[in-house]
Amino acid sequence: MATTAVQRVEHAGGTGHVAEHGHSEHPPTSTGIDHRKMLMWAFLSSDCVFFASLIATYVIYRSRAQEAGVGPYPSEVVDIPYTSISAAVLLFSSLTMVLALAAIQRDDVRGLRVWLAATSLLGMIFLGGQYFEFSEFYQVEGLSLQTNMFGASFFTLTGLHGTHVAIGVIWLVSLLVVSLRGGVSKKDSLNVEIVGLYWHFVDIVWIIIFTLVYLIPYEEGPEGVEAAPEAMLRLMNALPFS
Amino acid sequence: MASVARPQTQGVGTGQAVVSPARATKTAVLWSWLTTVDHKRIGLLYGVTAFIYLMVGGLEAMIMRAQLARPENALVGQEAYNQLFTMHGTTMIFLAIMPLSSAFFNYLIPLQIGARDVAFPRLNAFSFWTFAAGGLILNLSWLSGEAPNQGWYGYAPLTNALYSPNRNVDFWALGLQILGVASLAASFNFLVTILNMRAPGMTLFRMPIFCWGTLITSVLIVLAFPAITVALILLSMDRFAGTHFYIPSTLNAAGELVFTGGDPLLWQHLFWVFGHPEVYILILPAFAIVSEIIPVFARKPLFGYAVMAYAIAAIAFLGFGVWVHHMFTTGLGPTPNAVFSATTMLIAIPTGVKIFNWIGTMWGGQLRFTTPMLFAVGLVSQFTIGGISGVMHASPPVDTQHNDSYFVVAHFHYVLFGGSIFALLAGIYYWFPKFTGKMLDEGIGKIHFWVTFAAFNLTFFPMHFLGLEGMPRRYSSYGGGSGWGFWNVIVSSGGFLLGASFLIFMWNVAKSLQNGKPAGDDPWDGATLEWSISSPPPVYNFREIPIVNHRDQLWADKYGTGHGQSHADEETLDVKIAGQTIGTGEVPDEDPAEEARNRLAAGDQHDIHLPNPSIYPLIAASGLFFTAMGLIFSWPRVPVGTIELPFLTLGGVVVLLVGIYGWSLEPAS
Ligand code: HEM
Ligand SMILES: [Cu+2]
Repeated sequence: MATTAVQRVEHAGGTGHVAEHGHSEHPPTSTGIDHRKMLMWAFLSSDCVFFASLIATYVIYRSRAQEAGVGPYPSEVVDIPYTSISAAVLLFSSLTMVLALAAIQRDDVRGLRVWLAATSLLGMIFLGGQYFEFSEFYQVEGLSLQTNMFGASFFTLTGLHGTHVAIGVIWLVSLLVVSLRGGVSKKDSLNVEIVGLYWHFVDIVWIIIFTLVYLIPYEEGPEGVEAAPEAMLRLMNALPFS
Repeated sequence: MASVARPQTQGVGTGQAVVSPARATKTAVLWSWLTTVDHKRIGLLYGVTAFIYLMVGGLEAMIMRAQLARPENALVGQEAYNQLFTMHGTTMIFLAIMPLSSAFFNYLIPLQIGARDVAFPRLNAFSFWTFAAGGLILNLSWLSGEAPNQGWYGYAPLTNALYSPNRNVDFWALGLQILGVASLAASFNFLVTILNMRAPGMTLFRMPIFCWGTLITSVLIVLAFPAITVALILLSMDRFAGTHFYIPSTLNAAGELVFTGGDPLLWQHLFWVFGHPEVYILILPAFAIVSEIIPVFARKPLFGYAVMAYAIAAIAFLGFGVWVHHMFTTGLGPTPNAVFSATTMLIAIPTGVKIFNWIGTMWGGQLRFTTPMLFAVGLVSQFTIGGISGVMHASPPVDTQHNDSYFVVAHFHYVLFGGSIFALLAGIYYWFPKFTGKMLDEGIGKIHFWVTFAAFNLTFFPMHFLGLEGMPRRYSSYGGGSGWGFWNVIVSSGGFLLGASFLIFMWNVAKSLQNGKPAGDDPWDGATLEWSISSPPPVYNFREIPIVNHRDQLWADKYGTGHGQSHADEETLDVKIAGQTIGTGEVPDEDPAEEARNRLAAGDQHDIHLPNPSIYPLIAASGLFFTAMGLIFSWPRVPVGTIELPFLTLGGVVVLLVGIYGWSLEPAS
């Protein structure tokens, strides 16, 4: 019969973990995934539900402007070519984000700075584009939060997405500043990877919003809502991998 | 780098031998609590704060019961009554039961998985302070006489500024929003902690079942809370920015009523998509506590451990597909009603599995009816009554009768009090020795249990009759000719007795803290790792991280792996419950904890790294507090571009940013 309370093992022994810098190295994790990375995944899964709720609200409400007979209606204000460009800018910034991560994983600090700067710049261009779009809608088209349900749900959805982009930009710039002061090297590449996860997520959400808000036609009034899944299907079929 | 070599700040209050009280001045003690990142202290902070709110919520309930004790009573008016039931529900759910569960998560999870702290100790402190800020905002509303008064479910369009022009709803919406941030942050933390910080050898299916409950509850919070976050954002937009998300018509500039297209039912959908998972967020930790206690006092491993884990997961999964049972009477039509009625009945299956597994665990066991066990068995019996009434109103035609009546009030008190609160009390009796090193008095504990049990049934069982007779909920009065007077007097008397039962409990706690029996490491002959270390545990929990090769690790260590198959050797077993002794009467020649303390006192830090204390979590949380208060009072206003923004809010955002940057730039350990 065992007499010790619990079998014990030396903390660092037996697990093959060697502290590289004498302090604050995290012990190996049970899953092998870093704590912070897993935290980011958990946060993003939560954020999925957040955007799902907002997008559902938009889909329910976007044709209510017609029902209430109060314009402007979606088809009258959206400018697909204009927003396509800003969507392309945001998509492109995912590429520069990947390049930033690749750079630091090669311990290329200069490359990291260049691509971080590029990513945050592209993010700012996207935000600038959204600012001009919003003021165009507000000042020229007369669409505000209070005008009709389309205005309310459109500004709320795209505005909260824009807030996500803005937080990403602040994060990227902060990381850039830390890197300029010499604080980011190859062993910190996880910091870049995590902001990258966030950035790509925000990007993917924009693809969905762009499709639902801008690309899918809805002038037919309430039926537009039913047309949405169908249009999604058409879009999916047109994609190369399906 | 922090280490246990700073005992004067780290050890206070956790009863460390290394603390020299003479050096710990009062401010230093206060500062050490404000900056603590120790999961055990954060657990105690959660527990004490939540218990105070439990008392506040109880007081609100007793005022309501005093009002309803007699027909046409005029103790409080309708408006005060509205505030009382809204704050009672909101307080009990968000400020009492959830944080009490959180207290157990915090204190126990690292101990049960053999870790030194949670994955993100500062985030953990941030969760607590944010919870404190949210609770404060909700309750500060009493001071301006504008406590929330629309019900804990906040149905639209009553919450619109048109019908609720004062700040009541704002206190509620922003308070809840901040509490949501706290819950989400805590859940991310526990998710990562449980998945990533298990001791070597502890596979998922070797975790104590309490860890399963915490893991799944965290998943529920992560996936359910965003829905209410969005619901509350839209509500606040309606109130602050003049949108019409939840209101179908409004007055235009000319004073005419115009159609907007907004829909009050969107609120109900978003709220209950969160709200039903929320009830499982309230009950799963309770189930998990009971699942720890019953095996120990039946001296048998949990019956059907894996099935229990799957049942928790199944309940959580199905819990996202039943929300319309709260909306059967809103006229969604026969198809949604039928579908959601079926899913609701389905969820009773995994719930029933759990109940039978507890019975299976007790079956043939050597039952010891200690106070924790009494409360645990109390849950099994009383929750079942609430579960059965739940399945009754899973049927839409039946629910049409029950809805908004006292029958529903009876249902959710059987599951919430008879379920969650019974289990939380069981948990306090069971782990108090670990938290404090003292036993709670068993004699007083048994009196406490029986008074609670009797008073609880006296209070809530007659509510079934009142409901079936048609007494509506949320009304401050009823007519003398209604015939409801008799049961209402009974209910109210039961309510006061139930309130008094908590005095017995507090007396027990005070007495036991003073001169309770010393607990020793393992007073109940426990099966999980927290009982392998001293009571209260040292600040670093485990001197060396344990290796796990069995589900009931401590039993396996004490009795070999055959434990559970045979209990013939009763005499030996009895020797073991006596306490300190580990093994068959052999005292280990060295006390590992004592030895570790000596080594630490001698400055030998070995390989133990502890996170630094930090003030930034508190700063960040106070930023959220000021942000919300500024919005609620819309004060002092400064023009920014075309709109006016409250200066306090801007200041709060700055404080929040200071907190976040200070936090990310300071070294963590
Ligand atoms: C067998 C499992 C359960 C079933 C089938 C069930 C079913 C229901 C149904 C159909 C309602 C709506 C009644 C109405 O408003 O007309 C309801 C209300 C409620 N249930 Fe349950 N329930 C179950 C378990 C629980 C648990 C575990 C909790 C909490 C710990 C809970 C808490 C509540 C609360 C708080 C309400 C009232 C919400 C409100 O209107 O304010 N239920 N339940
Ligand atoms: Cu429900």
